[in-house]
Amino acid sequence: MPSKKAGQKMKKMPKTAQAAQHQKREQRAYKQLVAEKQRKPLYFKNFIVAFVAGGVVCTMGQAILAFFMKQGLDINAAAAPTLAVIILFGIILTAFGIYDEFAQFAGAGAAVPITGFANTITAAAIDFKREGWVFGMGAKMFIVAGPVIVYGILSGVFAAFIKFIIWS
Amino acid sequence: MASKKIGKATVKFTNPPFIIGTGTVVGPMEGKGPLAKGFDVVLPDLACGEKTPEKSERKLLEQAANIAIERSGVEKNMIDYYIAGDLLNQIISAGFSARQLAIPFFGVYGACSTCAMGATLGSMIIDGGFSDYILIGCSSHYQAAERQFRHPIELNVKHKAISQYTVTGAGALVLSSSGKGPRLTWATTGKVIDLGIKDPCNLGAAMAPAAADTFVRYMIDTGSTPDMFDLVLTGDLGNLGSELFKELVKDAGYAVGNNYNDCGLMIFDTKTQQVGAGGSGCACPAVVMLGPIFGKLEDGTLKKVLLVATGALLSPLSSQQGETIPGIGHIIVIES
Amino acid sequence: MDYAIAFLIGGLICGLGQLILDSTTLAPGHMLVFFTVIGAIAGGFGLYQPFLEFAKAGALIPVTGFGASIAKGSLLEAERTGIIGLFTGAFEFTGQGLAVAVFFSVIAALFFNPKS
Repeated sequence: MPSKKAGQKMKKMPKTAQAAQHQKREQRAYKQLVAEKQRKPLYFKNFIVAFVAGGVVCTMGQAILAFFMKQGLDINAAAAPTLAVIILFGIILTAFGIYDEFAQFAGAGAAVPITGFANTITAAAIDFKREGWVFGMGAKMFIVAGPVIVYGILSGVFAAFIKFIIWS
Repeated sequence: MASKKIGKATVKFTNPPFIIGTGTVVGPMEGKGPLAKGFDVVLPDLACGEKTPEKSERKLLEQAANIAIERSGVEKNMIDYYIAGDLLNQIISAGFSARQLAIPFFGVYGACSTCAMGATLGSMIIDGGFSDYILIGCSSHYQAAERQFRHPIELNVKHKAISQYTVTGAGALVLSSSGKGPRLTWATTGKVIDLGIKDPCNLGAAMAPAAADTFVRYMIDTGSTPDMFDLVLTGDLGNLGSELFKELVKDAGYAVGNNYNDCGLMIFDTKTQQVGAGGSGCACPAVVMLGPIFGKLEDGTLKKVLLVATGALLSPLSSQQGETIPGIGHIIVIES
Repeated sequence: MDYAIAFLIGGLICGLGQLILDSTTLAPGHMLVFFTVIGAIAGGFGLYQPFLEFAKAGALIPVTGFGASIAKGSLLEAERTGIIGLFTGAFEFTGQGLAVAVFFSVIAALFFNPKS
């Protein structure tokens, strides 16, 4: 009797829908409870620490930049060796296991400067070498830095293209 | 007829298995924590002479298992089954340690709830009359977990205040059908509960509902109340998770009092050690339960202890695909 | 004076990054991508060069400078050689930094192991 079967289905459907609705309500209530109990991060303190730490890294960069500019280079020409030196600095600190301790304290103050970018590459290299030099280190070296390069090129080339069209 | 089944999901062992030997090994960070004296071995460094963190974890597990066997006074070849699990992909620490131990092996995975899960299964096998001696073990390692679940070890990341620190260590126990010592009397197996938490840093909040669900299930099934226990422990909820757990069980009418604590909060000093919201990992409930708490059960300071070991059944893959985090909680009750 | 400006501007960018990390569930990787894209867009439209001349290392050292350098190279090369220059120039200023990072990271991997 198809009609009876259909009737049973009709009766069943609302039940599952009800359960789904109930679950949704439960989830919403729980999320609210979590938000209530969760301690807020120390926004101000973390900001200040990141500000000072990042500022110090940039000041060091400025010292290196000033040194190269004193050799008679203009700022665009001096940028290259400055970056090379400070990247090297980040790599050395990473190799000795100091950079992640610094970051644990400084947060974004360690992540945003180019030393942090160098750290992502070195950290991946010295960690994943244990899965082999080719498929470990070679393949996974850019596991964190990769997206930065991908989206940097994507957006950089695109923006340059737009500017180029307008200019020509 | 399932004569040993009580209520919906609880079992009462008619011949409760004895815990005749335990072994706990922990890393240096845990060795600086408040429970340091209760562990059998505290390692001086994370590597313990091995080249990879995965190998070190395996070594920890083997060491803990050997200590447990030695202390139980049972010959290794008399042990019928080895039940173990850990956090790594394809539970390699458990599988590889079984290669070394050469005991028939069940590999189990329940994330950080593995120790209670293994103990439940082992007790069922013994009480069912299938075996006399069973070895159970589980392990976790900070570096190994970090590079599998999060990111390379030396990466410049500031751990958030709500994220938890994976305990380095391993715990093992030998269950026996006869002997003396504390016994495993009840067990409740948890359902997987998911209340829509997505942030993989916030595992305490993801697991708390599952822990509360199993806890309330046990209370209803057995008709007991939380104050009947000397100690109620949750596995690794951390400070946010344990707050939520308290709130959830209070809403259900089974409020826990001063006899409640969380293994993740006990193993570290969360104020002075940089561990975020507390410890986590398979080893966290295992080493706390089998180390200091078991010692107190043996000398009679504690009589009846309930452990809700909690696990978050996520993988980095599921998180990246935007899935929510399912949690699970298993209860074991140990009486001296 | 240059030092004070570098400290302030560089510090502000880092502090902003920390605010993003604290107030959202974004991973540090997301935040770095965000900054790089901002820098690249600013660089593509020629806004980063005046900023660089003002803030010097404060604009050069944060990862926004990396994005800007990609765009700057692309644009300069395109102006010189036509549309193909967009691609040949992408690594003009950033290539050496990447080469240094890769080369010395491998050297580091040869001699060091992760510690904590």
